[in-house]
Amino acid sequence: MTMTNPIGLYLHIPFCNGKCPYCDFYSVSPQSGTVDRYVDALCREIDRAGGVYDTVYFGGGTPSLIGSENIAKILSHINRTPCCEVTLECNPSDTGGVNSTFDFSVIAKSGVNRISMGLQSADDAERKILGRRSGCDDVKRAIERAKKAGIENISLDLMLGIPFQTAENLEKSVEFCKSSGASHVSAYILKIEEGTPFYKIKNTLTLPDEDATCDLYLSAVSLLEKAGFYQYEISNFSKKGFESRHNLKYWRCEEYLGIGAAAHSFKDGKRFYYERSIDGFISGKPPVDDGFGGDEEEYIMLALRLCEGLNFERFKERFGHPLPEKTIRNAKELEKHGLVTVDSNGISLTVNGFLVSNSVISHII
Amino acid sequence: MAVSKDKIRNFSIIAHIDHGKSTLADRLLEKTKSVALRDMTAQLLDKMDLERERGITIKAHAVKLNYVANDGEEYVLNLIDTPGHVDFNYEVSRSLAACEGAVLIIDASQGVEAQTLANTYLALDHDLELVPVINKIDLPSADPDRVAAEVEDVIGLDCSEAPRVSAKTGLNVEQVLEKIVKDIPAPVADDNLPLRALIFDSVYDSYKGVIVYVRIKEGKIKPGDTMRMMATGAEFTVVETGYMRATLPEPCSELTAGEVGYITASIKTVADARVGDTVTTAENPASEPLPGYRKVNPMVYCGVYPADGADYENLRDALEKLQLNDAALTYEPETSGALGFGFRCGFLGLLHLEIIQERLEREYDLDLVTTIPSVIYKINLTDGTMIEIDNPTHYPDPATIASCEEPFTNAHIYAPTEYVGTIMDLCQDRRGVFKNMDYITPDRVDIHYELPLNEIIYDFFDSLKSRTRGYASFDYEISDYRKSNLVKLDVLLNGDIVDALSFIIHAEKAYSKARKIAEKLKEHIPRQMFEIPIQIGIGGKIIARETVKAMRKDVLAKCYGGDITRKKKLLEKQKEGKKRMRHFGTVEVPQEAFMAVLKLDDND
Repeated sequence: MTMTNPIGLYLHIPFCNGKCPYCDFYSVSPQSGTVDRYVDALCREIDRAGGVYDTVYFGGGTPSLIGSENIAKILSHINRTPCCEVTLECNPSDTGGVNSTFDFSVIAKSGVNRISMGLQSADDAERKILGRRSGCDDVKRAIERAKKAGIENISLDLMLGIPFQTAENLEKSVEFCKSSGASHVSAYILKIEEGTPFYKIKNTLTLPDEDATCDLYLSAVSLLEKAGFYQYEISNFSKKGFESRHNLKYWRCEEYLGIGAAAHSFKDGKRFYYERSIDGFISGKPPVDDGFGGDEEEYIMLALRLCEGLNFERFKERFGHPLPEKTIRNAKELEKHGLVTVDSNGISLTVNGFLVSNSVISHII
Repeated sequence: MAVSKDKIRNFSIIAHIDHGKSTLADRLLEKTKSVALRDMTAQLLDKMDLERERGITIKAHAVKLNYVANDGEEYVLNLIDTPGHVDFNYEVSRSLAACEGAVLIIDASQGVEAQTLANTYLALDHDLELVPVINKIDLPSADPDRVAAEVEDVIGLDCSEAPRVSAKTGLNVEQVLEKIVKDIPAPVADDNLPLRALIFDSVYDSYKGVIVYVRIKEGKIKPGDTMRMMATGAEFTVVETGYMRATLPEPCSELTAGEVGYITASIKTVADARVGDTVTTAENPASEPLPGYRKVNPMVYCGVYPADGADYENLRDALEKLQLNDAALTYEPETSGALGFGFRCGFLGLLHLEIIQERLEREYDLDLVTTIPSVIYKINLTDGTMIEIDNPTHYPDPATIASCEEPFTNAHIYAPTEYVGTIMDLCQDRRGVFKNMDYITPDRVDIHYELPLNEIIYDFFDSLKSRTRGYASFDYEISDYRKSNLVKLDVLLNGDIVDALSFIIHAEKAYSKARKIAEKLKEHIPRQMFEIPIQIGIGGKIIARETVKAMRKDVLAKCYGGDITRKKKLLEKQKEGKKRMRHFGTVEVPQEAFMAVLKLDDND
C-alpha cells in the first residue's frame, strides 16, 4: 500500500429549515428519510474515496440540522490524522436555542474541534433584515455549550454592507465576537447573488453605497485587529494560531476532496464537482469534470487573497522556475498607489488593495 | 469611323447638389437609346454604391451618345459628368476644360444655390456656352417663373428659352437635347497638329491598368503610338483607344481632334496619368502642354489607425488599392503612443476624407480610429525659417515659434433670409470675418465670409445644416495664409501626453475646448484602481483638469473551494476586457473615450 499525503475533506450538508435571503449555497428543506439516505450516501462515497485527511469541514446548508449522531456516524468513516481540524457549521437556534437538544459533547467526542456560526450582526434589527430567525442570545448559548463540551475553537461570521448598517452597529458586532470568546471571524461584504430572495427585491433594498461599504470594511479590519483578530485573508480574521487550516488549503492551492451534492474537489491537478442534486448524489451519480486546476495563474490569484501574499520561494519550489519578471513589474506599478507591497519575500496586497483585488490581481497576472 | 467635327458636341452638366444632375443624365441616356430600358438603374453614371447612396458624384464619368436631331442630322454628344463637390473642384475644372458647353440645372423650387454659382463661374472661366435648364417642374412647390427670373437676375443668363423639365418623369427632356445641339458650339479641332489631349479622369482597372479619359484637343492617337504625359514625362505604348458607351467601352481605331474617349496603355497607377495633364506622342510631341495643369495637394490631414492593431497590414493594402484610383489621396506610416501603428493620410477636403474612410470601412471591412483632422499650418521659427506641419505631433517647442499662419477660405453661404442671424452667429463663432451680404432675391441671401479652414473642416457643414434645417448651401475656396494666434492642446492622462488627442487650435477657443474634452474623457473613462488626473495643457501650462475617481470596490469577498473556477473565469473575462482597452502606462482607456473626444461638436 502506498502512503498518501493527508489532504482536506469538505462535506456538504444541503439541508436548511429556511432560506436566508442572501444565501446562494445549495440547500433544501429536509424531508423525512432523505437525510438518512443522504448521510448513508456520504459515508458510501467517503469509503469509496479512502485517503487520509488532516482537515474536515462540514459546510452547508446547515450541518447541525442532521443531528449530532449523524455527524459522529460520518466522522467514524473518515481516516483522520491525529491533529485533524474538524469544523462544523452550526445554526445558532438549532444548537443554542433554549429547548435545543443538540448534543455538543457527542460531536466533540467524535472529533469535532471547531464550530463556525453565522452571527452576521450583533444587532437584532440587522439580523432580522438578514432573515436570521434567532437572536444573539442563541449564539451566546451555543458558544457556551460548545466550550463546555471542550470545543474551544469558535468562528463567527459577520456581514458588512447590511441594509441600514452603521459603523456603531459594526462596533457592537465586533465587541460581541470578542466578549463571546470567539477565536476566528469571517467578515463578508454582502453581495446580492442572482437567484437569492434579495436579488428579486434588490431595488427596494437600502444598501450602503460603495463608499460607505468600503468604509465599513476598513473599519471592520481595524476594529477586529483591536479586538485581537488579525486579518489573514480578504475576509478572514483570527486570534494568532487560529486561522482556518481547512480554508487556507483553498488559498494555498492545496488539494481537497469535496463530497456531497454541489461539493467541489481539487485533486491530482483536476477540478470536479458533484451536481447540485441530492437525489443524484444519493443515487451515485459521478462528479462532473471542471477542467484542470493549480496552474500558475490560479496559484497567484489565490495566494494574493492572503495577507502573507505570493511568496517568491514557495512559487519557485512549486513551479520549478521563479515568478516571471513581468508579474513583479506589474505589481510594482501598483505599489505607488498603495494597493500592493513588494519586498524581497514576495508580493502582497494592502487592505486598500483587497477592496479592489479583482482589478489588482488581473493587472498583476 | 470618325464623324464630321461639326456634328460633335462636348458638354458637362453642372448643378448644385441634389438639383437632379444624375437623373437628367440618365434621361439623356434613355432618350438617345444609349441604354436598353431594362438595363436602367437609377443614376447609371454614379457607379459606386457610395455615390448612389449619398446622391453625389465623386468621380467624373463620360459617355458618348448618338442623337438624331429635329433637323434630321445625327450628332455625337459627349456627356462629361462632373464630381459634385467643392473638394473636387479641380477635377470639375478639368472636366469643364474638356467641353465647349455646359447644361446648368437649377431646381425649380430651390433656385440658385451656392454651387450653382460656383459651378457657373467655373464654366464661364472656361468660356463655356451655358444652357440653363429648370428641373423638377413636377414638384408641387415648383415655381419655374420665379427661378427663371432669379437666374437672369443673379447670373445674368437669359432663361426665356430655358427648357423646363422633369428629369424624373422625362417631361421635355428632348428640348434639352435640341438646345445642346443648337446652342453649344462644335469643337474647333485640327487633326494635323501634334497631339494634345487633356486628361480629365483616370480610373484603375485590374485587367487593363489605368483607363485614361481624354478630350483630344489637337492631333490624333491610335494603338501602337507612344503616348507621353507632359507633366510627369512618363511614356507608354498605347494598347487600346475607344469611346465610352453607357454600359460598355467601344474600342476604335483612333481618336481624333474634338473627340472624347479613353486610352489604355498598361499604366499601373493613376499617379502616372494625373487629371489635368496633357497627353502627346513621343513620335511627334507638342511643344506646349495645355494650360491649367496642377498637381492637386491634400488640404486636410488626419491619422487613420486600425481599431485592431492586427489589421495594420490590411489597412496598408487597402490604402494602396484606393490610391491606385485616387491620385489626390496621400498616406505615410506614422506611429502613435496611443493608437499604435497607422497612417497619416492627406485628403482634398472633409468629404474626401469621409468618403475614403467609408470606403475603407465598407469595401475593405476595416474598423478604424481617425484622429482630429488638421490643416497645414505654417510655423515661422525664431531662427527665421518656416516649417509646414499637418500633424500636431510635429508642433515645435512654443519657445522657438515666432508666429503661426493658418489657411483661410472665401466662403459663401446661400440661405433664406430668416436664417441670417443664426448663420452669422455660427460664422462669428468659427472666427469668420464678415465681408458682405447680397440679396439674391428679396428672401434669399448670399453671405460672404472669410473663414479659417480649420474651423470648416470640423463639422461646420453639419452645424450649418442643423441650424438652417437644411436650407443653407455652402461653398468655399482656399484664399491665403494669415497670421494667427495658434496653440497646441495636449491631453495628459495620469501625467502622460496622449499624442493622438493633441491638436492645434486658436488660442481664444483653447479654454472652452479644453474643458469640454476633459469632461468628455471623465465621462468615458471607467473608474480604475487609482485616481486618474485628466489634464489639458498648452505647453507646460494646465488649463483644464478633471479627475476620474478611483474605483473603491471590486472584490469577491468569498472564495472557497466551489468558487475558484468561477473566480478564474471572472479573471479571464477581466483580462479579455483589458485587451480591448488602449493602455497608457497603468491607465486603461476604452476606444469609446477616444471616439467621444474626436467627435466633439458644438452641441457637446
